[in-house]
Amino acid sequence: MREFVGFVKKEFLHIFRDSRTLIILFGLPIAQILIFGYVIRNEIQDVKIAILDESHDPVTREIKNRLLTSGFFRIEQEILSPSQLEGIFKKGKVREAVIFEDNFAEHLKSEGTAKMQIIADASDPNSANMIVSYTQGIVATYLADINKQVKAPMVIEPRVRMMYNEDLKSAFMFVPGTMAMILMLVSAMMTSISIAREKETGTMEAILVSPLKPLQIIAGKVTPYILLSCINAIVILIMGYFIFKLPIRGNIILLFAETILFISLALSLGIMISTISGSQQQAMFISAFGLMLPTMLLSGFIFPIENMPLVLQWLCQILPPKYFITVIRSVMLKGTGLAEIWKETLVMTGMLALFIGISAARFKERLQ
Amino acid sequence: MRTIGIILRKEFRQIFRNKTMLPMIFVLPFIQLLVLVNAATMDMKHIKMVLVDQDHSSVSRQLSDKFTHSPFFRVTGNTISQEKAERSMLRNKTDLIVVIPRNFEKDLYRTGKSSLQLQVDAINGMTAGLINAYTSQIIGGYNRELVASNGQNVYITQKPANIEINYSFWYNPELRFKYYMVPGILVILLTIISMILTSLNLVREKELGTIEQINVTPIKKYQFIMGKLIPFWLIALFELTLGLVVGRLLFHIPIEGNLLLLYAFASVYLVAIMGLGLLNSTISQSQQQAMFVNFFFMITFVLMSGIFTPAESMPHWAQQVNVLNPLSYFMRVIRMILLKGSGWHDIQADFMGIAIFAICSVSLATWRYRKTV
Repeated sequence: MREFVGFVKKEFLHIFRDSRTLIILFGLPIAQILIFGYVIRNEIQDVKIAILDESHDPVTREIKNRLLTSGFFRIEQEILSPSQLEGIFKKGKVREAVIFEDNFAEHLKSEGTAKMQIIADASDPNSANMIVSYTQGIVATYLADINKQVKAPMVIEPRVRMMYNEDLKSAFMFVPGTMAMILMLVSAMMTSISIAREKETGTMEAILVSPLKPLQIIAGKVTPYILLSCINAIVILIMGYFIFKLPIRGNIILLFAETILFISLALSLGIMISTISGSQQQAMFISAFGLMLPTMLLSGFIFPIENMPLVLQWLCQILPPKYFITVIRSVMLKGTGLAEIWKETLVMTGMLALFIGISAARFKERLQ
Repeated sequence: MRTIGIILRKEFRQIFRNKTMLPMIFVLPFIQLLVLVNAATMDMKHIKMVLVDQDHSSVSRQLSDKFTHSPFFRVTGNTISQEKAERSMLRNKTDLIVVIPRNFEKDLYRTGKSSLQLQVDAINGMTAGLINAYTSQIIGGYNRELVASNGQNVYITQKPANIEINYSFWYNPELRFKYYMVPGILVILLTIISMILTSLNLVREKELGTIEQINVTPIKKYQFIMGKLIPFWLIALFELTLGLVVGRLLFHIPIEGNLLLLYAFASVYLVAIMGLGLLNSTISQSQQQAMFVNFFFMITFVLMSGIFTPAESMPHWAQQVNVLNPLSYFMRVIRMILLKGSGWHDIQADFMGIAIFAICSVSLATWRYRKTV
């Protein structure tokens, strides 16, 4: 036991000696949460548009006014002819152009119909789609207002309830995702690199000939990182709760238990990576490409898994972050209990056993 | 000049000798490109919905049919118990619940108005917004059908005014999300590769102690830095080419603009990124440290670059901070050149920006690199 404590102490010294890594380790989650919370936005806001209006009549003025006071759009340029459009779109100055036909108000009055055209820069297709539908929405409201006396004969009104997240706050999406990412980074990457380094510099041999048992070596390696990961998880949860007012609807003990399960899973993954890679560089590449990007994109964090091609859906099933994100969303934001998430928990436990088994086998092989 | 040639030969030999790193440099990024482009999609296909039809009338059935036949929805359950439907949402089995209440049809014919309830799982606000939009479209369409088929029963005093809106999507008329994602992911992969390789390379020599051997040679600082930059610069440009070929052949991304212009921009961009990588490795003591600094900046750069969300919707101050984010320049420019066919005239401001960035980062790295201990 005394040897073990000594070994853990050595590991802690390794980590605390490197103050720059330590700062980044704790700075990263904070910076990321703040960036996600305050910087990244999906909403349409202040989109720069160009307007071509040769009619200059009360109707077009009113529609323009409504567009610009909505908060969604900001006029960048009044243009005089459609031939200018190509140029300003290519410069990327505006993302949408609204074109009114000549004598707009007159057409509307005499014929009952007036024409307008919306052109959107669809090199970003999703926001183009949203921008166009917002513009249509504003015009539709205007129409409904001037047609007030004409009642629609029959109408079905949908009443929408946004479940679990009434205000569509993006924090509900990114806090669980960031947590999965940071824990993956700290646990899997740090351990894999730290073991690979001992191998590279040859100090691993020194540890192997010491009276420490293989299990003690592995346990000693991961203990400090379990601690660091737990601190990070708690910091993220506290920031989510106090800064972004994220609810914790489920059982907090269950939440912690699941988090610790995921941390162990990530650590065992890190150990496995280190047993298969020969150098630090290799371990880093596997961690960077094999862990970071998939945690971001193949976990349902940003892009729903159901929309992906079938092969990728299967791939998501064998990657751990998907399960953790599902679990943490369910427990924290929906308030579900173990009864609803036992499957995910079981899968994570199974993966943990598998990774430990593989690493142990590889580790023994090395010893012989 | 000869000195640089010799250093280059050494660097190349080191890169190609390392048999385990080679596949990571050349193969992994393309697997990533294939996987991630397919993964990063916002085309909603199978919105899982549960219908709670408590009315069982002809109107409610017609409306249900609309959802069943829509390609966007997959009706996974029919029940009359709202509670049951909500429990299924709790288990992540359902994205949308449509509740058609009792007397739905009766109210509609008697008062001309009826309401139904939509419950959307809104934990991911982005998809919740899209689900809501698709659902409203279906209900709106059904509303128009109702008016058309029952219109004669209703006394209409006056024809409503109408504005006909004609809309068109330029540069990507079919709204293909992949056209948008391929260039973006290509930029990220290029950046990760060149930043990691350059930053780890020098620090590795430090760790192994071989840097001391170079320090005692008459190699000049700038020669050494050039020797470190050029091999990775060539590799990265080669990867850009490979990425464009894959994007063109597999994802059919359009290449509207001048490729030479793209390569010119990429060349300068890579110098800027590699300068940052070198700067990082001159100030780091270990590979681990260098890697963490990399991660910190990479994640921040990527998130703020506008790959997943439009950079224009960021708050004003953040857009100003973005001037210091090299990724945001390339992300913007590669999409402009490939998708819109923008020319030199359109991107010259960005070009100047990244050029200044490159000069600064390389000179900082050269200045920070100390030959003495």
